[in-house]
Amino acid sequence: MTVAQPDALTFECETGNYHTFCPISCVAWLYQKIEDSFFLVIGTKTCGYFLQNAMGVMIFAEPRYAMAELEEGDISAQLNDYDELKRLCLQIKRDRNPSVIVWIGTCTTEIIKMDLEGLAPKLESEIGIPIVVARANGLDYAFTQGEDTVLAAMAARCPDKVSTVEAEKNERNAIQKLLNFGKKKEDVATEESEYADHPPLVLFGSLPDPVVTQLTLELKKQGIKVSGWLPAKRFTELPVLEEGYYVAGVNPFLSRTATTLMRRRKCKLIGAPFPIGPDGSRAWIEKICSVFGITPKGLDEREAQIWESLEDYIKLIRGKSVFFMGDNLLEVSLARFLVRCGMTVPEIGIPYMDKRYQAAELTFLEKTCHEMGVPLPRIVEKPDNYNQIQRIYDLKPDLVITGMAHANPLEARGINTKWSVEFTFAQIHGFTNARDILELVTRPLRRNNNLKDLGWDKLVKEEAKI
Amino acid sequence: MKLAYWMYAGPAHIGTLRIASSFKNVHAIMHAPLGDDYFNVMRSMLERERNFTPVTASIVDRNVLARGSQEKVVDNITRKDAEEHPDLIVLTPTCTSSILQEDLQNFVERATLETKSDVMLADVNHYRVNEIQAADSTLHQIVQFYIEKARKKGELPQGKTEKPSVNIIGISTLGFHNQHDSTELKRLMADLGIEVNVVMPDGASVHELKNLPRAWFNFVVYRELGMMAARYLEKEFGMPYVDITPMGVVETARCIRKIQQGINAQGAGVDYEEYINNQTLYVSQAAWFSRSIDCQNLTGKKAVVFGDNTHAAAMTKILAREMGIHVVWAGTYCKYDADWFREQVSEYCDEVIITDDHTEIGNAIARVEPSAIFGTQMERHVGKRLDIPCGVIAAPIHIQNFPIGYKPFVGYEGTNQIADLVYNSFTLGMEDHLLEIFGGHDTKEVITKGISADSDLAWTKEAQVELNKVPGFVRGKVKRNTEKFARERSFNQITVEVMYAAKEAVGA
Repeated sequence: MTVAQPDALTFECETGNYHTFCPISCVAWLYQKIEDSFFLVIGTKTCGYFLQNAMGVMIFAEPRYAMAELEEGDISAQLNDYDELKRLCLQIKRDRNPSVIVWIGTCTTEIIKMDLEGLAPKLESEIGIPIVVARANGLDYAFTQGEDTVLAAMAARCPDKVSTVEAEKNERNAIQKLLNFGKKKEDVATEESEYADHPPLVLFGSLPDPVVTQLTLELKKQGIKVSGWLPAKRFTELPVLEEGYYVAGVNPFLSRTATTLMRRRKCKLIGAPFPIGPDGSRAWIEKICSVFGITPKGLDEREAQIWESLEDYIKLIRGKSVFFMGDNLLEVSLARFLVRCGMTVPEIGIPYMDKRYQAAELTFLEKTCHEMGVPLPRIVEKPDNYNQIQRIYDLKPDLVITGMAHANPLEARGINTKWSVEFTFAQIHGFTNARDILELVTRPLRRNNNLKDLGWDKLVKEEAKI
Repeated sequence: MKLAYWMYAGPAHIGTLRIASSFKNVHAIMHAPLGDDYFNVMRSMLERERNFTPVTASIVDRNVLARGSQEKVVDNITRKDAEEHPDLIVLTPTCTSSILQEDLQNFVERATLETKSDVMLADVNHYRVNEIQAADSTLHQIVQFYIEKARKKGELPQGKTEKPSVNIIGISTLGFHNQHDSTELKRLMADLGIEVNVVMPDGASVHELKNLPRAWFNFVVYRELGMMAARYLEKEFGMPYVDITPMGVVETARCIRKIQQGINAQGAGVDYEEYINNQTLYVSQAAWFSRSIDCQNLTGKKAVVFGDNTHAAAMTKILAREMGIHVVWAGTYCKYDADWFREQVSEYCDEVIITDDHTEIGNAIARVEPSAIFGTQMERHVGKRLDIPCGVIAAPIHIQNFPIGYKPFVGYEGTNQIADLVYNSFTLGMEDHLLEIFGGHDTKEVITKGISADSDLAWTKEAQVELNKVPGFVRGKVKRNTEKFARERSFNQITVEVMYAAKEAVGA
């Protein structure tokens, strides 16, 4: 291509006719993450059908989520919302006894203007279980943004004083203390001294527990203590957030949560690239260190060593191109990592671009492109899938990262695809998991390498051109 | 409001989309918020469809709520018309558009002025009908639209085909084994010397629909899809229809006899008795199977059946009438058509259950403890929990229910497939039971034993906890790799740090 090279990232916005998951899908990973929660999605059969099919086998594992399926009487207000919700929530309390019920508002509750935020506090005091309201609907949000709405609502529930909570926790952990009786106060004190003296840091973003452990350990190596994590394993363990605490995001789609933490909880946001890929992980740690005035140690070697271990995979993708159709907001971070791996990225489709929250990541992407000597990608917000497919036909990228609706049809036309949703569910954060990202990215290339001599690239008959 | 975890039939728009995307060159535009186009994922994944699903959404977002969606919907229709040149665009309402109560019919009329393709609004009420009913009514709507259009233009062909012919109605996308059933039915018709006039909706072009009246009769394969269209064609053109699903040996014979009666009334003069006899006794293996010793062993075994009307009714009859199995209860989730089901099965089972509540079905299974279940994917999971084998006979289904191999449920090959399904379900159950009595497979120990001995290496409590978070099926591998890594570096204690260092080192 002989297009003039732009020296800054270009941003475009298309029609928003694109495929993505409904944001209510966040219940699937959040109910697993927050072990004592129950998610009640207040919507219609359409929402239920989506969850049932998108979550596949998980639906059979007696999940801690359910639909409050609205019927005609609810829509026309013949039934009283408050009484109906009370009846269902009491049933949930009886059957599951959760520590929190999260109400997920949907398109329908928006349109009929059901006042969930108003009903929740009343019902909460009546039934004695916290009710958190998140309006994760398809009118306003895409896919992973669902988690953002839930965490933003949870942020309001984080305790604001250390002392009271600690006392309470100690009381609750009496048995554990009995078991640990050998461990004296001195041990705890020495543990504390491993850390540098810095203001409390709370990380936000839901990650699988092993990844939480890994990232916490990475920061521990730099002497940084993670005081808490939003969300924690249990609702009852939500971290303390006092005015002046520092917070850092681990995922690019958490802009509402970040805003809430800054504006409502008066925390200070550390704007960093996200810890995806060894480059991102290093930049993330470095930024946190720099805010606390700590000189990072050993990161050079650590990053180099990870890159070295990735070489066999990078060999497969170096010089190849990747096209992101866009559906989960991880696109910019993944693109930046893949550029560093030697790929070119003609287009990054993304549902929504918060240039402030992602500022550090965007700068890092730009810098990475310059350093690798590749053209800057065009970033297309609210993409139009039809137009994108025409561009894919023109550009013939080596890999398209896309939703399942387009993956099989593109494969049948000889275009390699990777299903984007897998990046949301796989473990991709930190140094340790960089290989897992490449495992996903290279899988179609490795598979198709195995098949390449069979002459089975194009498996649809030429379409008649009109 | 209703507390629900699982539903047997999807929302109405899914039915409409199944019909629209079954036809050739028909495009559906959903009036829906972002994320409601999940239908495309299902079609692309379950059917492994090579082509793009001809369904797009006209997105309802905040702006639409404020301004109304007329402009956007009309734009999207005319745009799709220009891009893809479909014959027909079906504007599909969703639960969201039902509440917005915009005048979608008016948008359709506006758009029609500018499009080459026909445009119609699927006439389904989201809060009153489900996927199955909506599919039936959308098919009827499309048929009626094109019959009337042809009539207005004077293009409706007159007279019948020269030889006896049939319209096969009800084969659709995402239907349970529909593709295989379609092939089997065409083969059956060829055997019977009957020409296939139109198969719809799957693979049909809307231009063919005006030819529907040329067939001698309509054949509605499944109870759920096509009855409305068949009744319409009967009313308009006096076309008789056959609505006996040829599933199982006896029903297939009954269906063929009904066809014979129908075309002989129009002067065909055919006699299929010998064909039925020959197929039943010597070609299909099912009649012989029911006589064989294998099947004798199944006599009086308890089974339960649950599914849609067509499949649950047919299975109940096959189990009870053709195999001598004791069907304790049979049930359907097609509540709107429950009377038909009761009438079909009541003499073949002890009890009839009509419900769309999966917990009620789960409890009913646990209560009777059958030796085998024939149901949907949900019942398969109940079976797993209770250790009872299950054969899947109806939607909702998963990808494994869209086999690549030839597996019809109808016709004579269908009877063979069903015999296998039934027999395999029961023998697996027996085998399991015997294993339990005799103390299990003797290979069990060898399979689960780790390769490296639990030896010198100590796992810290934290690392052990971390290890337990690893999914069971790879835990052994992770453990072995970690221990190998630790040994190579002569660590004698495995901490969480060592675990992740090992992961990084082996790159897995």
